[in-house]
Parts: sequence; C-alpha cells; structure tokens
Amino acid sequence: MKISMKWLAKYVDLPESPQKLAERETVTGIEVDEIIYPAEGLKNIVVGQILTLEAHPDSDHLNICQVAIGEQQPYQIVCGAPNVAEGQKVIVALPGARIVNNQKIKKSKMRGVESRGMLCSLQEIGFNENVVPDEFKDGIYVFPENETITVGESVFPYLGMDDTILNFDATPNRADVLGMRGAAWEVASMYDQKPHFTVPDVPEETEMADSKFTNEVFDNNLAPTYRNRIVTNVKVQPSPLWLQIYLWNNGIKPINNIVDITNYVLLDYGQPLHAYDFDKLGSKKLTVRNAENGETFKALNDNEYELTDQDIVIVNDEQAVSLAGVMGGQSTSIDAQTKTVVLESAVFDSIRVRKTAQRHNLRTEAAARFEKGIDVATTQEALDQAAQLVQTLADGKVLAGQVVGSQTNLEPTIVKITIEQINHALGTNIKQEEIIAIFERLGFTVQVEADILVVTVPLRRWDISIPADLIEEVVRIYGFDKLPSTLPVSTQTVGGYTTQQQFLRNGKTFLRSLGYDEAISYALTTEEKAQAFTVEQSTLTKVDWPMTRDHEYLRLNLVSGLLDDLAYNVARKQTNVALFEQGRVFVKSQSSAVRPTEVEMLAGAITGTVQEQTWETKARLVNFYDVKGDVEQLINSFNKQGRISYQATTSITQLHPGQSALIMMDDQCIGFIGTVHPVYAQQLKLPVTIVFQLNLDKIMALTDQSQIYVPASKFPSITRDVAILVPKNVTNEAIDDTIRQAAGKYLTDIKLFDIYVGTGVPAKYKSMAYSLTFQNKQETLTDAVVNQHFTKVQTALQNILGAKIR
Amino acid sequence: MELKDLLKDLHEKGLQQISAVDQINKLNEIRVQLLGKKGPLTQALRGMKDLKPDERPEIGALANVIRDDLQNKLDQAKQHLEQEAIQLQLQKEKIDVTLPGNKRKVGTKHVINQVMDDIESLFIGLGYQVVAGPEVEEDHYNFEMMNLPKDHPARDMQDTFYITKETLMRTHTSPVQARTMEQHDFSKGPLKMISPGRVYRRDTDDATHSHQFNQIEGLVVDEHITMADLKGTLELLAQHVFGSDREIRLRPSYFPFTEPSVEVDVSCFNCNGQGCSVCKKTGWIEVLGAGLVHPNVLENAGIDSKIYGGFAFGVGPDRFAMLKYGINDIRDFYLNDVRFLEQFKGE
Repeated sequence: MKISMKWLAKYVDLPESPQKLAERETVTGIEVDEIIYPAEGLKNIVVGQILTLEAHPDSDHLNICQVAIGEQQPYQIVCGAPNVAEGQKVIVALPGARIVNNQKIKKSKMRGVESRGMLCSLQEIGFNENVVPDEFKDGIYVFPENETITVGESVFPYLGMDDTILNFDATPNRADVLGMRGAAWEVASMYDQKPHFTVPDVPEETEMADSKFTNEVFDNNLAPTYRNRIVTNVKVQPSPLWLQIYLWNNGIKPINNIVDITNYVLLDYGQPLHAYDFDKLGSKKLTVRNAENGETFKALNDNEYELTDQDIVIVNDEQAVSLAGVMGGQSTSIDAQTKTVVLESAVFDSIRVRKTAQRHNLRTEAAARFEKGIDVATTQEALDQAAQLVQTLADGKVLAGQVVGSQTNLEPTIVKITIEQINHALGTNIKQEEIIAIFERLGFTVQVEADILVVTVPLRRWDISIPADLIEEVVRIYGFDKLPSTLPVSTQTVGGYTTQQQFLRNGKTFLRSLGYDEAISYALTTEEKAQAFTVEQSTLTKVDWPMTRDHEYLRLNLVSGLLDDLAYNVARKQTNVALFEQGRVFVKSQSSAVRPTEVEMLAGAITGTVQEQTWETKARLVNFYDVKGDVEQLINSFNKQGRISYQATTSITQLHPGQSALIMMDDQCIGFIGTVHPVYAQQLKLPVTIVFQLNLDKIMALTDQSQIYVPASKFPSITRDVAILVPKNVTNEAIDDTIRQAAGKYLTDIKLFDIYVGTGVPAKYKSMAYSLTFQNKQETLTDAVVNQHFTKVQTALQNILGAKIR
Repeated sequence: MELKDLLKDLHEKGLQQISAVDQINKLNEIRVQLLGKKGPLTQALRGMKDLKPDERPEIGALANVIRDDLQNKLDQAKQHLEQEAIQLQLQKEKIDVTLPGNKRKVGTKHVINQVMDDIESLFIGLGYQVVAGPEVEEDHYNFEMMNLPKDHPARDMQDTFYITKETLMRTHTSPVQARTMEQHDFSKGPLKMISPGRVYRRDTDDATHSHQFNQIEGLVVDEHITMADLKGTLELLAQHVFGSDREIRLRPSYFPFTEPSVEVDVSCFNCNGQGCSVCKKTGWIEVLGAGLVHPNVLENAGIDSKIYGGFAFGVGPDRFAMLKYGINDIRDFYLNDVRFLEQFKGE
C-alpha cells in the first residue's frame, strides 16, 4: 500500500520527516520498503500556456508553439503531439531541464526551426504508463480548464509530485493498513495520537432508495454484509485534480468521477466498492448468489470468464453483472451517459474471493483486500462517503437510505490477559499502567477486573483474537530494542550429533581427505536421470506440478547429478574433477506407498588425472583401480563386520559392462563402482569417468567391528613369493581365495605385486605374482613350517586353478 | 742407523704419507702399513731387545710418542677427509627450494555445509539436539500442524511442490519440529532442537530464488521461555556467524506458526551500519525470521500451551553464505563448479 504523506497528514499530525517516520514504522509495525519522491531527479519543469500555434513548414505533424512561461517573452517550442491546441495549459520542460531517465533538455533546432524546450506528456516526467488517463496516453498532458493553475510555476505541486510516498509492505495479517484510515490509526498509535476523521454527512432526497431498488443475498456466508445506495441525476465527467492525484500517486488510473470515487473510498477505507449503471441493469434488483457451473461473465477488462459454482456473482434478472469482490461486469459499467448509479459496499467471503481471483488470474485491488479481510465496521460509512462524493463531484441526488441485503454482527472482540502473562512471555517487567497506556494508544479499551485486563479490540484490528496477539501489540509499541537479551534458563540438556548423523559426516570427511570436493545437487531431476544408475527396482516419485521438465522426478541415485556437475566443469575447461555428494534418494517399493523411503547415499565421480603433470612427475589419468582404492579405504574406515567383495556386473546400463562391479558386504549389495559407459559419457561430453555409490543406511545397519588393541607382534614375519601362469579369465579373487584356504593360520597378508602378459607367456594366459606374509604371533616361525604351508599353497593353485608355478 | 734415528725417520716419512693422502680407504692402508703388526714401527720396536737396558726407557718413550702422534694424525686426517666427503655430498645434493612442492589434493566442504556446520556447532554447544526428518512430507506435518490449515492464505506465500493431495516436498524444516514435539517427553526436560536440511519451493530458479535450498530451524519449548531469551539467542547466532561486534534488531512480522513474530536484522558487516549497497543504505540486513511459538502449534502437538511456551527461528544457510561471502547468485551453490567450491577453505 502506497501511503501519501499529504493524505496521511489530513488524519495525523506528523512530527517527523518521512524518512524518520519510515524508520520508526519499520521497527514498530509495518515495514516501509521504499520511499518515493515523485519529482526526484526532475527540474526546471513549469506550467506553460500555448498562445499561438502554427504548422511547421517542413513537417506534416510538427507545430510551432509560442508558449507563455511567466517571462516577458513567450518561448518558441516545436511540438509533435497530436493533441496540442491553442490556449492549453501544459507541462513545459525548459532548456536545462531534467526529465525522466535523467534526460537533459537543450535549446535546439527542429527541422530548421528553433525550439526552446519541450512540451511533455506525463510519462515524460516519470508517470507510469498505467496511471496516465486515457485521453493523455498518446499526447502531452493538458491541465483542466476549471482548475487554478498559474503559468510559470513549477508543475510539481499541481500534479501532486511534491508529495512523498511511503510503500507499506504489510504482512498478510496487517491488511488493516491497506486503507489510509487504517494506516492513520497505525501511525497515530506510534506517535501516541488519535487520528482525526470526518464522518460523511450525506444530504439525502426524500425519495426512498428501496422504493426504486431492492437486493437479496441468497446465503449470508457468501456476503455477510451487502449494501447499496442509489444516486440519480449524476453527471459523469473527469474528477477534480486533487482526486486524480490521490489515485495516480497510489498507482490507480483516473477514469471518471464515479469510478474514481469508488477507488478513492477503496484507498481511504480499504473498503472495495462497485458502481453499476442503474439503467443498464435492466432490473430493479441485485442478487448475490453462487455462480452456476459454465455460466459466462464478461468483465470490465473485456475478457469473458467461464465461472464455476465456487465463484460468487451478483446478478440482475438475467445474468451476472459482477464477479463478487473481484471485478465488475462490462454490461453495466459507468460511461459518459450514465444517469443513475447503484453503489455497492459489501463484505464477501475471503476464501471464495481468493480462490476466484486465483482461478481466473484476476488479481485486483478489490480482491487483494477481500481475501485478507476488511474492516466490517466501516462498510456502511464507506458507502455514505461514496454517496456524498457523488453528490458533490457529480451533482448527483442521493436517494434516502441504504438498501441492506445483509449485515454482519458488529460486536468487537474481547481478549482477556494478565500483566503476568505479558511479562512472562516477554521476559520483561512492564508495569500495568504502561501496558494499559499501550492498549489505549492503539485505540483498544481496557477494563481491569482483579488482575485480569479485559481488552476490547475494535473490528478494524481483526487480526487480534488471542492473548498472544495482544502480547505482540505490547512488545512492538514498548520497543523490541528495550527487551533484555537473555538465554533460556532450564534443566541442562545435552547437545550433539546422533550416531547416525556422525556416521554420515565421517564418510564425507574421509572423502574430502582423499581429495574429493563436496557437491550439492538437485533432488528433483528428469525422468531419465532419476532412474539411471540404479541397482534395485523402484517406482518413481513425481511432483504434481513441476516448474520445468528438468526438475520433475525425485532422484533414485546421486551419480546423475554428479555427472551433470562434472560435465559443467569439463565444458568450462576444468578437466580434472573429483566430486562427492552425500544425500538422499527417494525409493518406493510399491506405487501405493504414501511416502517414498528416503535412503542416505554417498556417491563420487571423478574424471581427468589423479596425478597432474608436474616438473618431476608425469600425468596419469584416473582409472577404475584408483577409485576402487578410494572406495576400499572408505569402506574400511566404517569399520564394519563382514567380507567385502566386488562382483562384476552388467546390470547398470549406464556403466561400462566390462568395468563395473556391485560392492557386496557378505551377501548384501551395498553399492556399485564402475566406469561410465563410453556411449553415455559421450552424450554428456565427458572423457573417461569413474563413479561409485554406497548405500549408507545399509552400511550403518551392519555390526561394528570391535576395537580392542592388539600389541604389535615381537616375532618376525617371513615372506614367500609365488608367480603363476593362469588362464586370463581366472580372477584375482579366485586366486586370493585359493591361497587363503590353503595357506594355513599363519598367513597374515597377500600382496599382488605383478601381472605380466607378453613374451614368455603363452597366449590366453597371464602371469600373476603374489607375495605371501606368514607370522606366528606367539613364537618365531621356522622356515620348515613356512615351507610346509607354502607348498600347500602351490599345490592348491596347481590343482584347483590349473596354475603353472613359474 | 741407530734405532733412535730409524724411529725419527719412520716418524717423518709417516707424517709425509699421511698428509699426502686424499682418500679414506688409502688412509686405512697407511694405518696398517705404519702401525700394523708387520709395520716398520713394530718391527723397529722388536729391536729394543738388542738395546742396553738403560737405553730402553728413552727409546721406549720415544716410540710411544711417535706411535701416538701418528695415530693422532691419522685420526685427524680421517676426520678431515670425512668432513670433506660430507661437504662434497651436501654440495651435490643442493636443490632449488623454490621449485613448487608436490601437492596432494584435499577436497573442500561445500560452503553451505560450512555455514550449516558452523551454526550447528554453536547450538550443540548450547545443548540443542540436531534432528533430521523426511524431505517428502505429509501436508499434515508441513502445514496443518504448523497452524496453516487447508484454506490459509499464507499457503500462497510458499508455493509448494505437491506429490499427491496429502504429500509434498517440505517447504521448510518445521515439520521436523512438529514430529519432535509430538514425541517429546517433557518430564525428561525441555525440548531444545535445531532441524537442518534441504527444503523445496515452487520457484523459478534465478539469481535470488532456488527451487531447492537449505534451512536450519530452531525450537525451544519449556515452561519459562521468553522473547528476551529469543533475542539473546539470536544475538549469539548473529555474532557467531557475522562477527562479535554485530548488533541485531527485531521488527514485527507475521508467520502463521509464531505469535508474536519478528524479522531479525543484523547491523551491516560491510559498512558497520553506516549504509551501503549491501544493506541498501539502511545499515541493517534482514537475516532471519523468528517468534514465540503460536499456542495452536503447541496444542496441535499435544502440548498444553497454558503451561509451556517456546520460541522458534528459521535461518537460511544459502542466504547466510551469500551475505557472508558476497555471492550474488544462489544458483552457484548447485552448479558445483570447482572454481567456486575450492574457494571456500573453511571447515
């Protein structure tokens, strides 16, 4: 809501500058997010009068005007506006003037003719296109003849541009300041004043309004209050300038006196009004009812709407003439010929209005107010105010009485509270007198009953209904800055991370130490990416109404997001990238489940080099085994019981079928690792990329390995090397298993130290060399014992795997 | 030649030999040659038995002096040669210490998590538990328990990704508070919690909006919780994150789940409250929303609002990080450009 300081000053004595007021209001009640000075940046713009006018000899649209500007000699100004005419009082930007966008006006020649300045449109002095009256939209502004405008003076006061306007950014609960009177109450309470309002005094005819017109409300829930007045003999014409100024300074375009009056009252009281042309109604009755499904309505904006039974309409005998609380209808609109006006002041159901405005995308000033609530106590007064203005500004004759279709209860709200309650909630020690004084400043009345304050809250503050609301009023007027700063005093509590939270953090810390940067990706992604890189079957979860196709489905894997990140980096010449993410995937085993299960995952993706080229080291590109080493160390850091194995897999279609593995803990799959499929990588414009993902929930559920200190053995260990020839398809795991089973209890370690294929090794064979370490922790091992076990190993390798010992 | 002269001659020649040596292994040869069992000195001393008994002490003493001297000179020469060798080796091994070191890469923590961890550590120190909850929520916990019934106009304030009529992507981490309040046993003490996590809004991504971002909400419920306690707590938070000389300012605001509700501004850390572009010339920067828990929210969770009260606050780590580091596009957090990520070295 834009608050004109001049308008506000009619109701409240303003002791401070607009800036000070804005600062004070911001910390007391309503945030002032903007202070507008309409003439800011403009200068040397005065009222001129066109004395004579002649066509430019070298132009078919320019006119050479002699313009009086209060100096002895008139200025010659060339003007191209179509509506320029002799005798007009107009806006003149003199040479040296600044107009909109800091544009400087200079003396110039236009097609050979000297021009000293410029005649301006309202847009050219900073008016928003939306508020410029239609007749001046495409030309210069012309001051009304019936106003007293002095030639040579600055135009700013005449156009209301000397005002200062504050933008009140009211929270939804404080819709009471969406009218000047509500805002005046708010500002007045801040300055410990009472606002001064005049009550409208309507001179009525003897003829009764209800003898000419009736109304009916089908259901009082739709329109708890519904009132009309009839004004006859109106003369529709432009409003006086003072009224137009109030409107355009508030962002509303002046149209004609009748419409302007309804808008003025809307701004003044926060009460939306509507005016119908009585003769166009064709009936002598208005009815408020639910619309019918499929009923059509042509609104003032020329659009036709198909209504539903959730919309409220006002109908004449035949059709909807207004979409209640949102917008009037085309068929009964006020025009230059209108003679009799039906004014409507009502309260409509806020939820219905909000939904109607949403459904038809009609966010009007009226709807904005009805949906947040209005002051039901002034519905009647606002109607009187409008009638009085129509009487004075349109020479109308107001028929006697308001025609009442419904009237809501006008009992004020009573809230009981104690001083103790207030101070207990605030941590203060404010005295009773001070609290009562605060309530009275706000215009609430207080009765003291023993230790209870009985607070009567006027209807204009419909946001207040419970003690907590009153506490807020007390603290904001008392001043948040006066509150002490304390910490809660209570029984000690222990803070900290849970085991699960700590577990998730440990994995992240470990990967950072291995050189992976932490990424955060989007959980909502495309259908394809959501279900890529998945091991287990799951139904997808889709948001109902996505913003874009890119963020439509909840992810089932973290790898897709990391690959997008890698692709983004690679496209920007960041070719060595290692990222990880810890986050959730959203698994649904059956589509009927209410919520998906959220599973904590840890994933990594790496492309480029593991070793950059330096002055002493050669560059080396990452390969499967680099990442496998990282994963092995990571899993080892979790310290869980169970045997880890890597099972070659072709089940993840986005991975290289010859370079991917499921990571198994005993019989359970806890994740995967693999090289991204070359075709898939190419789609993402990625070079060789290795990824992995671990299911942390599954790993967390495993039993911890007990950690008991084992002293380092004093007895020496003995190593034996064995090199074997095996067919190429024999896996390291098979050899490892065979060795372990045959080597006996003193085997402590197996290290693969060489793989060789080439000269000396038959085709389809490979040479593998292992170093076996034996140790007895109780005594020194003898060669004889080791040899005995080592022979068993060699025999087993030969017999079980068909290996040749080299 | 007399034995005495023989010894003197041996001495002289020995000394010459020693001083001529330039290699340690040769020095050993000379030692054996001169002082060994077959060496001339030993041989010469064997001739002692031919001397007169009264000559023997003098010659004996002379021989010892010569032997000791040679021994000393040999040791000195050895030491000298050893030192020379070391010096030579050190000279050879001299490197250019200004060549770049071989760096092992260490990953960085995402800046948002740096900010979140920093805030979490403050509240853990103050005795708050850290509670997580589902990101796909029920309408019931996300809205209704938070005093936002189905037709509440404030539901428009936070446009929501619905999944079904009753499930949605949580728009804040308040539902975690609702779930925790429902479970909390107040006979075991007050409830003090923070709930960090990802949240979602139906927004078009641009420089200041993201459909996914993060929140940390805090909640304390006990018998004697005051607005002053909230103010003191938030002062600590602002000073912890933005610097110990920061001040805060509370302004009235509106949230359906708190009453009274406040917006919290922190004095501008860029201009120290003088007014600059960061604070839009006001000297204050809006950083979070807070308030005393609305009695309906307590009652919805089965807590007697006549006995218990509480405060709640909500922090946007994305916004905090943007303010703290001068990041002007929220989308940067989710692109994961390494040139962005690796700028933030904190823990």
